[in-house]
Amino acid sequence: MSTVTFRTSGLIALATVSTATMASTTDAPLNYFLHSYGPAAKPTMHLGWLLAGLSVAVCLIIALLLLAAVLRKRPLADPRSIGREGEGLRWIYIGTGISTCVLFGLVIYSLMVLNEVAKPPQAPAVILTVTGYDWWWKIEYEHDDPAHRFITANELHIPVGQPVLIKLKSADVIHAFWVPTLAGKTQMIPGLTNQQWIQADVPGIYTGQCAQYCGAGHAHMGLEVIAESAQDFEKWQNAQRRTAPLTFMSNEDPGHKLFMDRCAGCHTIRGTSAAGDHAPDLTHLNSRRWLAAGLLTNTPDHLMKWVINAQRLKPGSRMPSIALSESETTELALFLSTLN
Amino acid sequence: MTDASPFNQLLPVGSKGKLSGGWWGILALIVTEGSLFGYLLFAYFYLAAQTEQQWPPEGLPVLLMPAVNTAILLASSACVWISEHCIRRRQIYWSIAAMILAIALGICFVMIQLTEWDRKTYDMTSSLYGSLYFTITGFHLCHVIIGLVVLLLLLIWMALGYFDDRRYAAVTIGGVYWHFVDVVWLFVFTTLYIFPYL
Amino acid sequence: MAISDMTHNPPDDRLNRVPDFGRAPMGSGTEAHLAHIWESLPGWRGWFSTVDHKTIGLRYIVTAFIFLLMGGIEALIMRIQLAGSNHALLTPEQYSQLFTMHGVTMIFLYALPILSGFSNYLWPLLLGSRDMAFPRLNALSYWIFLFAGIFMYASFPLGQAPNAGWFNYVPFSGPIYNTGPNIDVFALGMVLLGISTTVGSVNFVVTLFRMRAPGMTINRVPILVWGTLTASVANLLAIPAVSLAFFLLWLDRQIGTHFFDVANGGKPLLWQHLFWIFGHPWVYAIVLPAMGIVSDALPTFCRRPLVGYAAMALATIATMLVGFEVWIHHMFATGLPTVALSIFGAASMVISIPSSVAVFAWIATIWLGKPVFKTPFLFFAGFVMLFVIGGLSGVMTAAVSLDWQLNETYFIVAHLHYVLIGINVFPVVGGIYYWFPKFTGRMMDEKMGKWSFWVMFIGFNIGFFPMHVAGLLGMPRRIYTYSSRMGWDTVNMIISIGSFIFAVGILIFLVNVALSLKRGARVGANPWDAATLEWSVSSPPPAYNFAAIPIIASRHPLWEDRLDEDTGRSSLTEGYLLTQGRETIGTSPIDAKPVTILKMPEDSSTPFFVGLFVSLMFVGLLLHWWNFAGIMAAAGCIALIIWMWPQKALAQRVPSAAHSHGEAHD
Repeated sequence: MSTVTFRTSGLIALATVSTATMASTTDAPLNYFLHSYGPAAKPTMHLGWLLAGLSVAVCLIIALLLLAAVLRKRPLADPRSIGREGEGLRWIYIGTGISTCVLFGLVIYSLMVLNEVAKPPQAPAVILTVTGYDWWWKIEYEHDDPAHRFITANELHIPVGQPVLIKLKSADVIHAFWVPTLAGKTQMIPGLTNQQWIQADVPGIYTGQCAQYCGAGHAHMGLEVIAESAQDFEKWQNAQRRTAPLTFMSNEDPGHKLFMDRCAGCHTIRGTSAAGDHAPDLTHLNSRRWLAAGLLTNTPDHLMKWVINAQRLKPGSRMPSIALSESETTELALFLSTLN
Repeated sequence: MTDASPFNQLLPVGSKGKLSGGWWGILALIVTEGSLFGYLLFAYFYLAAQTEQQWPPEGLPVLLMPAVNTAILLASSACVWISEHCIRRRQIYWSIAAMILAIALGICFVMIQLTEWDRKTYDMTSSLYGSLYFTITGFHLCHVIIGLVVLLLLLIWMALGYFDDRRYAAVTIGGVYWHFVDVVWLFVFTTLYIFPYL
Repeated sequence: MAISDMTHNPPDDRLNRVPDFGRAPMGSGTEAHLAHIWESLPGWRGWFSTVDHKTIGLRYIVTAFIFLLMGGIEALIMRIQLAGSNHALLTPEQYSQLFTMHGVTMIFLYALPILSGFSNYLWPLLLGSRDMAFPRLNALSYWIFLFAGIFMYASFPLGQAPNAGWFNYVPFSGPIYNTGPNIDVFALGMVLLGISTTVGSVNFVVTLFRMRAPGMTINRVPILVWGTLTASVANLLAIPAVSLAFFLLWLDRQIGTHFFDVANGGKPLLWQHLFWIFGHPWVYAIVLPAMGIVSDALPTFCRRPLVGYAAMALATIATMLVGFEVWIHHMFATGLPTVALSIFGAASMVISIPSSVAVFAWIATIWLGKPVFKTPFLFFAGFVMLFVIGGLSGVMTAAVSLDWQLNETYFIVAHLHYVLIGINVFPVVGGIYYWFPKFTGRMMDEKMGKWSFWVMFIGFNIGFFPMHVAGLLGMPRRIYTYSSRMGWDTVNMIISIGSFIFAVGILIFLVNVALSLKRGARVGANPWDAATLEWSVSSPPPAYNFAAIPIIASRHPLWEDRLDEDTGRSSLTEGYLLTQGRETIGTSPIDAKPVTILKMPEDSSTPFFVGLFVSLMFVGLLLHWWNFAGIMAAAGCIALIIWMWPQKALAQRVPSAAHSHGEAHD
């Protein structure tokens, strides 16, 4: 499976359009019905299989009963005759009796599953906060030492095989945090801190998506969870904690100046005077796989396309389309390329 | 059905007391209006239980005037009951007198409630409590005013000689609405004035 | 009571009388007199002032069906947009208005009003009465429904329609994130519509308890009546929650209160509680009467009474009782404590027990009957299958942890369409095929009918079953587009194709209606050889419904001679005549013994004006024309006072002295 999720981009999924629906499920990154990679999702997936199987079985039984009832041969009788009212109650007793027993079984099983996935089996290894914004995700890693805390966006790294506790907040309207192959969704409600835990048992990249209608950008509010070994995770954290490596960029650099004039009101680059907090932290922009919350792969080309055409690519986005001359574009691109 | 005798009985015609459609209609209306106030008070308790604000903003509410006002409203209810009772006993003048008293007491309630509003240092928009307080008491005051219009109409109709002991369904119907408005006040009063003490 | 009155006052036949009992066959003098009393004025004056429940019922059905078509067109536009990935037919804002108006239209302006239409038309005919308990209130209910619908649609052409989804979560719908008039239109429109639904519900409840023909004891009323009664009681208890929620939201938006304002201690979850406390009972309110349609009409085509009448009636009520305890299942993902989730999850599963009673009752009815394969039967049998599928996907979402996955995906969209189209639209269309001869006196075309069923049934399943799969593939609802890398292309194309096939089915049905109105074969009183009372009167029924109010002795008045049960015989042609003005008989709530002669109001245009003034008041509130709103409120009050003014003709006040023995107090 890790080969599946480790693909560098999702372009391959396109190839399966012509195949049958169920076959293409393997290529749907949010397919929680066939794939689950951690203890917060797996029991639910099995519950889903049982319920779906049972539902299909019941549908078939009822369909057969109905067909038989409609089509069965009947003795000839006076066409004006009317059946007797008192008959047939046995159908209700038996049918409802069986349904009730099955339902009570399901109630118990579903409550057991709920209990299993409601809390992590051991204390969480990492605690982080995800805050929903219109329309992206702010991610804050906590640490006892304030100097070790850091902020990133739209791409969440976790150590493999360990429970991670995620505190969920919202900066504006209600969003929902949902990485379906790792866990169910939880609403992010302003004024309230909700919690959710996830655990990935296999290294890989897991796609997530906002699951509560939140406005124009709702369709383009994706995120990714990257589960990696403890060492890789530690390495990533250390890299993220660093401020921007801008030593060779003087304040007089035109790209730097452009950024400070046009972008710094909303974006932060740690280590510079850019400290806006309405938009993703760009300190390590180029370490991320995607731009604009899962809209575009993060290439220099896409980046400048996004800066210039944000409103066309993600209508209604809080990011304005920035009018830049050709030379400005080159300068800004050069500056942004340093944000490793 | 050749034997029609069971269907041969004398039946009242039209809106006779609790046989009238209006009586059943008002009961249904009371159920739905009662639910409305139920949800309003649910909203109050839901928000009060989670608040981190000073609740109410002015500290514990002063009970004297609201308590007197509650008594006034209950007295008004009693007058409406007496008025209906008198019609049934064909004492139409007593009935009119009781109705006038009921309306006067109702107006007193409204005036006192308005001065209560006036005394508040906050309004609907200044805090969550203010929003709740004025919305809940406002909803109730609206009902009181509608009730007073109903009582006034009943009074006019009585004075016009529309009702006697044979036909007075409107008085029963209007009366039970007024009693409902008063009972709702008891819940509102308990919530807004007694509950903060608990 | 009646006796003691008489000791004081000599009998006054305007206040007490022995009703005439007898026959009034078509063409007799009594019958002509009744027709004269009950028929509405011809022309536009009669059009505005009629209070005939049959006219109002048909208006409800036609209006609601037009809303269904509008909501359907909105859906088709969305399906074009979603047919493939990255389509750019619609902007996100257009898409949000479309899906919101689609939901609002289908759920509020179609689903309940159409059932109110059936119930309005059928109740008095089913119950053996000459009208509903409050005919003028009935007219008011319709007018406000119509005005509320127009109100909510008025901003659509301006591009300012409601845009936050039909459940309209705050703070997205609050003053900060939604600054246009969109949500105010929705909020005020919903309060207005709530008035219509409430007065309509009051009317149904009182009608059931007061207006049944003598002998129609509570255990003899048709299941449709149980369904609408249960729905109406639920509406009385639940509508205030949503009206209040929308009113508080409007206050937050326009006055500056803080109920949902997070910065000042307001709580977004309060909205969700108030909305779903209403929302879930509402879901049952818009299916129970439709289930009643099937329970009453299916037996006609199975040539036998419904199996398990009592069980079905109790199941209807039980569904609604539990229906009030399950609203949290719309909020499983909001971070509520696990214990609460467990309880509400369990209740949400248990609620399917009464549904299984219904399913097995219908199947047993078919099994033990001798099905007649007419179009309505196909719709009702198809309905049973869709009911089961919708019910089972409901059970799946009741499992809390699974709902954390399914919730807000296309799986839910599939579920709710199986419930709403399967359990509402299919019985409604089947019901129109069934009662069309009663409405119009003409049959609908059978061949085209069967075509419409199969195209609708197949199109529906192609259009909506794959939505389950889309949901399991993780497709969230309410996204206006999606990327091809999500793997949702194929399934969405199938869904879009199916939705258009379904639309063709509806179109065939409409063509059938149009043609049959003109050319359908003329029918007599009872073309289906059905059992219930509405088929005992001519098609279409006369204005007074029953010339002689029947005396009922069983659940199947028209099958009594063929049911070998020792129930008595109902008297359908001989009964109370009640010809002194518009009158009908009032009976006791449980055992339906005659207790009073009810005077029914004449036609009146006051309901139209009350409705108009109230609606204009809401227009004033929307546009901040405060003075105008105040004037309209006053005008509405005056119209109401005129309406309520006690009338001698209705014996609401004592008659003038000339005829009786003087005023009591003299």
